[in-house]
Amino acid sequence: MKQNESQEWSRHYQGKLLLRHEIHLDDSIFQQLLDASYVTPMPAIQRKYFQHECQRCGNRKRSLFGRIPCQICHKTHMYCRKCIDMGRVMACTPLYQWTGPDVTWPCHLDACTWTGTLTMAQKQGADRIGRAIQHHDKELLVWAVCGAGKTEMMISGLTEAFRQGQRVCLATPRTDVVQELLPRLQQAFSGIDIQALYGGSSNKEGTAQFIIATTHQLMRFRHAFDTVVIDEVDAFPYTNDPSLPFAVRRAVKPSGTTIYLTATPRQKHQMLIAAKKLPHVFVPVRFHGHPLPVPMLRKSRSLKKDLDRFRPPDRFLEWYNRRKHPERQILVFVPSIHLAETLADHMASVLDDCSVRAVHASHNDREHIIQQFRNRSFHMLITTTILERGVTFPAVDVAVLAADHHVFDEAALIQIAGRAGRSPHDPTGDVVFFHSGKTEAMVTAIRSIKQMNQRGGLSNELSMV
Amino acid sequence: MNCLWCDEHIVPSITWKTVLTLTEPMSLCASCEHTLVALTGERCVKCSRMSEETVCKDCRRWENDWQNGADPLAWNVSVFQYNEAMREMIARWKYRGDYCLGDVFQHPYQQAFRKHFSFLSRNAVIVPIPLSDDRLKDRGFNQAARLADSLPRKTRSVLMRTHGEKQSKKTKWERISGRNPFKVTESITNPVVLTDDIYTTGTTLRHAAFVLKQNGSPSVYAMTLIRG
Repeated sequence: MKQNESQEWSRHYQGKLLLRHEIHLDDSIFQQLLDASYVTPMPAIQRKYFQHECQRCGNRKRSLFGRIPCQICHKTHMYCRKCIDMGRVMACTPLYQWTGPDVTWPCHLDACTWTGTLTMAQKQGADRIGRAIQHHDKELLVWAVCGAGKTEMMISGLTEAFRQGQRVCLATPRTDVVQELLPRLQQAFSGIDIQALYGGSSNKEGTAQFIIATTHQLMRFRHAFDTVVIDEVDAFPYTNDPSLPFAVRRAVKPSGTTIYLTATPRQKHQMLIAAKKLPHVFVPVRFHGHPLPVPMLRKSRSLKKDLDRFRPPDRFLEWYNRRKHPERQILVFVPSIHLAETLADHMASVLDDCSVRAVHASHNDREHIIQQFRNRSFHMLITTTILERGVTFPAVDVAVLAADHHVFDEAALIQIAGRAGRSPHDPTGDVVFFHSGKTEAMVTAIRSIKQMNQRGGLSNELSMV
Repeated sequence: MNCLWCDEHIVPSITWKTVLTLTEPMSLCASCEHTLVALTGERCVKCSRMSEETVCKDCRRWENDWQNGADPLAWNVSVFQYNEAMREMIARWKYRGDYCLGDVFQHPYQQAFRKHFSFLSRNAVIVPIPLSDDRLKDRGFNQAARLADSLPRKTRSVLMRTHGEKQSKKTKWERISGRNPFKVTESITNPVVLTDDIYTTGTTLRHAAFVLKQNGSPSVYAMTLIRG
């Protein structure tokens, strides 16, 4: 084996956990690597605590294991049904990991080519991230309110990681966020090799020093990164699918640092913070220094009846006509896709001076419609919870119809409220929850927003509850 | 029991029927089961396609000019329509290799066999369409053999297939004009029912039927899960 060849391979395969067909090497070369212990096989399905565990996705659920009379080894054995879309993991075929020479990633003394400046609050957050990376802390949770500028904080925090020649991964549960972050980060770190991995990305190799990936893609990594940043750690599906935290935990090196970014930490994290078991930094102020808009509650008795007939409720129309800033666009959240579609048609016929469109998860040209809304080519956008986070519109008023529906939990409502007033030119905005009966989620969301404003030293001047 | 497709827990309803008889446990939840649509109404008697004509246009062509002779396949029966849900389910079963999903089709496939093939004598034989060795190595199992296993007749795998391009990657014309990939390892002198997952143009089944007939089968039928 030649020196540069083996370097090329280690760059490709170090920190990965792959099936044979995912390793694009000829059988003879692969055998050589096996003999030289550069590649080590490990069993793909193991018994653990009287259960089976898939070593790639961490699945232990019995209904998600199947038995197959395998025509390759002529035995009947287990396979994992959970991660089958990434290629079948079977008991008779091992997973391979690289155990050859390590790759050394280049050190960048000042990798940051971003020229913006941080506010005081952001600088505090960024410094804390930098310190955690410098001291190889195990975990850090960054709790920054919606619109605090998490990406900017992270950029200056990660400069420290590249100074030390670390390999870094930015993971997020959502594909949209990966696509949105890639160009921004390529600009911010123009000297660093960056790759984006997501379902349907053109490049799947993951050989760069800086990887931006959906959390799903981390299932092919093991002990690969010195620093992993998880953006929107409380978002679906990360909190619902135990495979994802499993994959993230494994993708970090044992000595590595994991940084969680969130605006609405889940109760589990809040309890760890309260028990002082999870170091955290709180950034309570939005980057323009104005408080978070506090939602208003509007009770409407006929709400359910109206929505069943796909009619905008009277209280909504009343609010619509009396808004102080009629020039602002309107973002309306509803609980279901079907309602979004049908309501958009009816809304357009009721409000004849207003152009209305709907967008939801099963739209193929989602990006396009969102971009059109940003360009102000129509006035009102009706959507489901897919737009609750990660998107920025300059000047909008936000309404939630049927805020008492169970899809709107506390985190979702806080995130939704955070869509308003994101621009320094128009830092306020109405947020109205239309409901037919207050829920715990609505009350705690409003309380949390007020608390965050107080911790930021801001008054809740907009509070009208 | 959890649904094999969406992994939701299935709560079986308790009725007099479930109390008094042994019913098989459900493999799909009610909402997933609804997405699979059976072929109903007027169908072509030869290929099971839903059509107003008794024998559809494609089948009339097969009858007239199958390689300058009569159509070797007597007729085909399919069970399900090829809709979006079925397409996804087959992709996961066959291409991703989720073997357990075969359980979903077992019962309806068996029922359809009883309905359409009970006239055949006990010594009729089931022959699954084989995969080539290379493809079998890839997938780990043969979906046609899985379907054959659920039928109440003797299965004999007497066909061999040489490796070729996947049928699903070819155009209609390429399929019809392609050469016959099958060989017979043992001759069968009884009626034969071929099994496969999907009938698209019917070329594969006719290639197989042709070699079986040449080697002594009096009649060859086909039973497929889906009419594509």
